[in-house]
Amino acid sequence: MSTPMLLGARAILAAGVLACLAGPWLFDANSLTVLTEFFIVVTLALMWNLLAGYADIISVGQQGFVGVGAYAFFGFTALLHMSVWAAVPLAALTTLLIAVPVMAVIFRLRTAYLAVGTWVAADVLMLIAGKLPGFGGGSGTSLPIPVVKQFGARLGDRIDMFYALSLGLALIAFLATWALLRSRIGLGLTAMRDNEEAAGSSGVDLVRTRILCFLWTAPFLGLAGVMTALEKLRVAPTASFNITDWTIDIIFIVVIGGIGSLEGPILGAILFFLLRQWLADFGAWYLILLGVISIGVILFEPKGLWGACRRWGFPDILPAGHAPGPGAPERVAGPDAQEAPAARTVG
Amino acid sequence: MVETILNLIVQGVLIGGLYALFALGLSLSLGVMRFVNIAHGDMIVLFSFVLLSLTGVLGWSPFLVALILLPVAFGLGWLLQRFLLQRTVGKGILPILLVTFGLSIIIQNGLLEAYGPNTRKLSGGAIELAALRLGPIDVGVYPLLVFLLAVALIAGLDAFLYRTAIGARIRAVADDPAAADLIGLTSARIYPVAMGVVGITMLVAASCMSVWTNFDPSIGPSRLLAAFEAVVLGGLGSLWGTLIGGVIIGVAQNFGSQIDASWQILAQHLVFLVALVFRPQGLFARS
Amino acid sequence: MTPLLSVEKLNVFYDAFQAVHDVDLTVGEGEIVSIIGANGAGKSSFLKALVRQAGRVTGSARLDGCDLAALSTREIVAKGIALVPEGRKLFPTLTIFENLRIGQELGRKGDIGFEQVYEWFPVLRERRDSRARELSGGQQQMVALGRALLANPRLLLCDEISLGLAPRVVNELYAIIPQVRERGVAVVVVEQDISRSLAVADRFVCFLEGEVSLSGRPADADRDTIMQHYFGGAH
Ligand SMILES: Nc1ncnc2c1ncn2[C@@H]1O[C@H](COP(=O)(O)OP(=O)(O)O)[C@@H](O)[C@H]1O
Ligand SMILES: [Mg+2]
Repeated sequence: MSTPMLLGARAILAAGVLACLAGPWLFDANSLTVLTEFFIVVTLALMWNLLAGYADIISVGQQGFVGVGAYAFFGFTALLHMSVWAAVPLAALTTLLIAVPVMAVIFRLRTAYLAVGTWVAADVLMLIAGKLPGFGGGSGTSLPIPVVKQFGARLGDRIDMFYALSLGLALIAFLATWALLRSRIGLGLTAMRDNEEAAGSSGVDLVRTRILCFLWTAPFLGLAGVMTALEKLRVAPTASFNITDWTIDIIFIVVIGGIGSLEGPILGAILFFLLRQWLADFGAWYLILLGVISIGVILFEPKGLWGACRRWGFPDILPAGHAPGPGAPERVAGPDAQEAPAARTVG
Repeated sequence: MVETILNLIVQGVLIGGLYALFALGLSLSLGVMRFVNIAHGDMIVLFSFVLLSLTGVLGWSPFLVALILLPVAFGLGWLLQRFLLQRTVGKGILPILLVTFGLSIIIQNGLLEAYGPNTRKLSGGAIELAALRLGPIDVGVYPLLVFLLAVALIAGLDAFLYRTAIGARIRAVADDPAAADLIGLTSARIYPVAMGVVGITMLVAASCMSVWTNFDPSIGPSRLLAAFEAVVLGGLGSLWGTLIGGVIIGVAQNFGSQIDASWQILAQHLVFLVALVFRPQGLFARS
Repeated sequence: MTPLLSVEKLNVFYDAFQAVHDVDLTVGEGEIVSIIGANGAGKSSFLKALVRQAGRVTGSARLDGCDLAALSTREIVAKGIALVPEGRKLFPTLTIFENLRIGQELGRKGDIGFEQVYEWFPVLRERRDSRARELSGGQQQMVALGRALLANPRLLLCDEISLGLAPRVVNELYAIIPQVRERGVAVVVVEQDISRSLAVADRFVCFLEGEVSLSGRPADADRDTIMQHYFGGAH
C-alpha cells in the first residue's frame, strides 16, 4: 500500500543483492561457503514453489533432478574429460532430456498421485545412479583434482568461483522464473493458482502449462545439482539424491515463507538458515519443529509469512505481474465450495 | 531352475500379502477421502514401535497386544481425521498433502529421538520358524498366515463397505461429499469413521510387518511407496485389485533381490512404471 | 395457528456477494408454494439456506416455531425438512435401494415407507439393485424424490425437478405432489418453468435478484405482471 514502505523494502533488497555481488570482497571464506549453499537452496525453493504455488504439482521427487545434474557433471568431466565450462551447460541439458521421459510416465498420474509419482521417479533415478559404471556405485566417488582445479588453482579462488556460480544460478533462476510468471503463460499460471477451475474454463491449457513448468524446473535443478557436487567435491547416490536436503527442507522453506509468491521462498530460505544456525544442535527436534510450524502455517496462514505480510498491507516487492491485490477474493469456501462452478467466484 | 523360479514366485506372492496389508488403508483413504496420506508408511512404523514398547513391558505376544490395541488404532485414525485432516477438506490437494507430509517428518524424527536409529524386530514365537513342504518348495507358515489374514481383511472390509449401512454411507460420501451434506449425511462425520478403519488396517499391517521384517524409524517412506504402487497397480477403488497389486510388487521385488538389494527396489519401481505406461487406470479399476 | 415454516428477513452471503436479500415467506401445513424466478435469482440458495447448506445465512427460519439457525443440516432433516437438490445429487455408485435407504435413515419416523415409494414409482422397485448412474434422467429424479420422501418430511423442498426431462416424465413426477400434500406434507416447488409450477401451487413467490419481487395466488396474477417481475423492469 504505502509507497515509502515499498521503496524501503526495495532498497533493502537492492542493498542485499549488491552486497551479494560484492561478496568475495566483503565476506570471509566461511561465510562465502554458507552463502553458496544458501543460493543453491534459494534456487531449489524457487523451483519447488513454481510447481506447487502455480502449477499445482507437489513434487516430492525434486532431489531426482538435482542428482541427475550432479552425476551428469561428473560424467562429462571426470569420465569424458570435457572442460568444466562445457560440462555445466551439458549437465543442465542432460537433466532436461531425462525430465522428458520422466514427465511422460508420471504425468499419467493426476494430482495427489502425481506427488508420490515424482517420489518413485526420483527413487528410480537414484538407484540407477548407484548402478552406473564409473560413478563409484552405492558409495559414490570424489571429483578428480584436475577437474576441481579448473575452477581455480588455489582454494580461495575456488571458493570465490563457486560462490559466483551459485549466486549467478540463483539470480538467473529468479529472473527467468519472474519473466515466466510475467509472460502470457504466467497469466495462466496465476489464474491457476487463484482458481484452477477458472483457469481451465477460461481456456488455459492446464496440462500443457503444467508440463511446461515441470520441464522448466529441470535444468535449474540440474544446475543446482552441479553446484552440490562442487560444494561436496563428490557425487554419491545418497548425497546427490538426498531427499532431506533437496526436497524436504525446501518444502518447509517454501511453505513457511509463503507458497505462490516470489518473495516467499527467499524469505523462507533466509529464515531457514537463521534457524539452522541456532537450532542445528537439536538434530531431529529441529525437523520436528519445522514439521509442526509448517502444519500450523498450512492450517492457519496458508500463504505463509509472505501471505501474512500481504494481509497486513505489505505490497509485493516483486510483483509477478498478475498477482491479485490484497482485497482480491480467495476461493469460495462455503459448504458447497466443491460444486460451485468457478465462474461464480466474484472478481 | 524351474524350482527356483517357482520358489521365487511363491515367496513373492506371500510377501505380496504383507504389501497388500500396507496398501489397504491407503486404498481406503484414496478411495473415500481422495487424498494420499504421505505419512501412511510412517504411521505403520509408529504402530510397530508402539507394539515394540508394549510387548517389551508386558511380555506378551505382539499379536495379542495388537488385538487389544485395535480400538485405540481406530480412535487414533478418527482423531487424526476429525481434528487435523478435516480442516483441509475442500481446499484442494495442496494443504492435505503438505499436512500429511509434515506429519510424516514429525513421526520419523520423533521415533528417531525416542528409539534411536537402530533396526528392530519383534519375535512372533515358534510360528516364525514353522514351514510346510508343498511339493518341491518350502512355504513358511507365518507368511502363509499373513497372506490369509490379508485375504480375510479384504473380505471383511468388502463386506463392511458393501453390506452394512455405515459402509453404504461411507461410499455415498466417497461418491459425492457435497451431495451427502445437502441431504444431511454430514461428510465431516463420515470421514473420521473411514480414517478410523484405516487406522485398524495400519495396526494390522504393523503387527505383521514387525514380526516379519526389520524396521527402523526411517523406513516409512519406502512402505508408503510400495503401498502406493500396489494401490495404483491394482486400480483405484478395488480392494481385491490392491491385493493383486501387492502380489505383483512382491514377486517383482523377489526377482530383483536375486541380483542385489537395490535391484529389489528398482524392479519393484520399474514394474510399477511399466504398468503405469500401459494401463494407467490400474488392472482392476472400478470405473 | 402458527404456520409450519416461517422465514423472516433471510439473507444468504457467499463471501462478500449477497445472493438472497431479506426474504420473508410462510408455508402452512399441507400447502404447496411455488418459487419462480430467472436463473441466478437465488432460488436454490434460498432452499439450501433452509437446511443450512448455503454460504453464510442470517435472519430467522422456524419450523413449527423451532428456530432452525441453531440446528445442523442433519438435525433439520431429522426435524422434517427434506431437500430434493438441484441436479438430483444421487450417489452414482450406490444402488437405488441404498440411495433410498440413506434418505430413510436420516429422516423422521413416519408412514411413508419403501412400499409407498415403490407404489408411486414402480420402476424403482424393478431397478432397486441397479446403480444410480445406470438410470435414465427421469428415473434418477424419481430416486431423488423418493429419497426425500422416505425421510418423511413435514416440508418437502423440490429444486427444479423437471430440469432436462421429457414432458411425459415431468407429468409423472408432478402427479405425486398432490398425493404428498394429502398426507399433510407442505411442499415448496422451485421451477423456472412458470406454467408447470403455477398449475400445482396454492401460492407463488417470484424471486428477482435475490429479493421477492411478487407474490400471490396463481389465479390472481396475470402473465404480463409475472413476466415483469420475473425478468425485472426492462421487460
Ligand atoms: N457456492 C456459491 N458461491 C458463490 N456464489 C454462489 C454460490 N452458489 C450460488 N452463487 C451465486 O448466487 C446467486 C444465486 O444462485 P442460485 O441460488 O443458484 O440461483 P437460482 O437457483 O435462482 O438459479 C448466483 O449469482 C450465483 O452465482
Ligand atoms: Mg437453482
